[in-house]
Amino acid sequence: MLRHLPTALGALIVGAALLAALFGPSLVPHDPFAQDLLRRLVPPAWLGGDAAHPLGTDQLGRDYLARLVYGARISLVIGVVAALTSGLIGITLGVLGGFFGGWVDDLVMFAITCRLSIPLILVALAVVSAVGSSLSVVVLTLGLLLWDRFAVVARTTTMQVRRLDYVAAAQAAGASGFHVLWREVLPNIAHHLVVVATLEVALAILLEAVLSFLGLGVPAPLPSWGLMIAEGRDYMFFEPWVIMVPGLSLFVLVLGINLLGDGLRDLLAASRDA
Amino acid sequence: MRRFILRRAILGVLVCMTVLVISFGLTRVAGDPALAVAGPQATAADVAAIRRAYGLDRPLPEQFFTWVGAVARGDLGRSYLFREPVANLIRARLPITLTLGLVGLGFALLIALPLGIVAALHEGTPTDRLVMLVALLGQAMPSFWLALLLIIGLGLRLQWLPISGIDDWTGYLLPGLVLAFSAIPALMRLTRSGMIDALGSDYIRTARAKGLSRASIVLKHAARNAAMPVVAIAAVQLGFMLGGSIVIESVFSLPGLGFLAWESISKNDFPVVQAVVLLLAVIYIALTLFADLLNAALDPRLRTG
Repeated sequence: MLRHLPTALGALIVGAALLAALFGPSLVPHDPFAQDLLRRLVPPAWLGGDAAHPLGTDQLGRDYLARLVYGARISLVIGVVAALTSGLIGITLGVLGGFFGGWVDDLVMFAITCRLSIPLILVALAVVSAVGSSLSVVVLTLGLLLWDRFAVVARTTTMQVRRLDYVAAAQAAGASGFHVLWREVLPNIAHHLVVVATLEVALAILLEAVLSFLGLGVPAPLPSWGLMIAEGRDYMFFEPWVIMVPGLSLFVLVLGINLLGDGLRDLLAASRDA
Repeated sequence: MRRFILRRAILGVLVCMTVLVISFGLTRVAGDPALAVAGPQATAADVAAIRRAYGLDRPLPEQFFTWVGAVARGDLGRSYLFREPVANLIRARLPITLTLGLVGLGFALLIALPLGIVAALHEGTPTDRLVMLVALLGQAMPSFWLALLLIIGLGLRLQWLPISGIDDWTGYLLPGLVLAFSAIPALMRLTRSGMIDALGSDYIRTARAKGLSRASIVLKHAARNAAMPVVAIAAVQLGFMLGGSIVIESVFSLPGLGFLAWESISKNDFPVVQAVVLLLAVIYIALTLFADLLNAALDPRLRTG
């Protein structure tokens, strides 16, 4: 039972974040964009603040809780859409390379090597800066850059599955290459890809926060957690909670996704062995 | 072995060429760089003059090959912003980023190696699980946030360490520590699995049978054999850390390569952005080549590939 504690904790964190992102913005009575210049930097309730703003307000008097739950929505949307985009690219490349081998595989390995040699944050910043920052540009940039791990794992696992008897049998029975890939290979490597997907969602969320923190991610006044930390930076020496609240949320959410991914890997490995 | 080295070297050169194309293309996706250089108040005549002066009126392939030819001669162009050769800027900033990367790698090894060895010695016990949990915590930590927390805690409240700039070597300690976090999980996992493999192997059983002490077995025999793959992955991690220094340098105001890149990106200084992307990529390619050769030297099965 104790072994599954981290997994359960991860599931709990991710579940809570999903609920907050889905229903939070309509449950919190404040508008995340409404400024109230008379109530700026009100501390959270446990630091002697105002019960109307449980997590306090930011430097423009906007309710921190409202911005936090709206930010959870942004983080999760970016994480999931970026991981789906990169998954589509990486899995396609990896499965093709692993299944066909030869020059196809050489090309795929070359693409992976090129991708890994490009400095990730630098290129993402340059692209967002050149194209102009918006939610969709950030998602697309991350999606187009984060496919390397999908490709590596899809390639290795496809190579292992390809050697198995039933794949050879399907091919001997005259099934087309596409049919074998779709019906025999993909379902048998899917559980590995699910684990990679959780890691990539977590990584995309972290990178979005980095880009927004550096001023080239989600544009203000959208409440991205990275942007909230950047905006709180000028006040953090006197009011450390302004960076604690969004930073801790980011840390806990990414940790939760990683715990869930690790747990899934162990559970799937155990169910395969059984 | 020679065949393997040749193949890897050719791959390295091909990747370098692709990176050249990408870093050139990167500065052209935005459209006309001349507009960015000229600024918002420029007239159409100013823009046309700038376009001619920088050769931006030439066909794209010609611009590309002119640039590649210049790069091959070591000429990285002139910065629009600083009005001096990009090579000079990079020469001034690179030592700071390299120092930061090495300090970060040092911290990462200092933390990851002992933890990885301890986890391997207690494989499957709560100690092992606790150490692996530390790896997960490190993986989830947003580095820029950790940097701000350390600035508040160690720098401001306790006043132990300087929080920005590099007046002396202590300025590298906080940024180095933060940078180390990104490399710790991978290094720790590899040390652990390498040690577990080594401890289960025949020569360790022989050493045990000879009655050698536990410390001697662990440190002299097992650790030595687990070390080489860790050195290889450490080289690759150093490459990632140099790329990640952009965040750390901007938080701690370290005037290194990452800070230069961030400044250039926000001010549309394309020649500098191009050069930094290229340089970081080439360093990474060289480090992975080193890592692959090291692995091949250890693993006879790889040599024939």
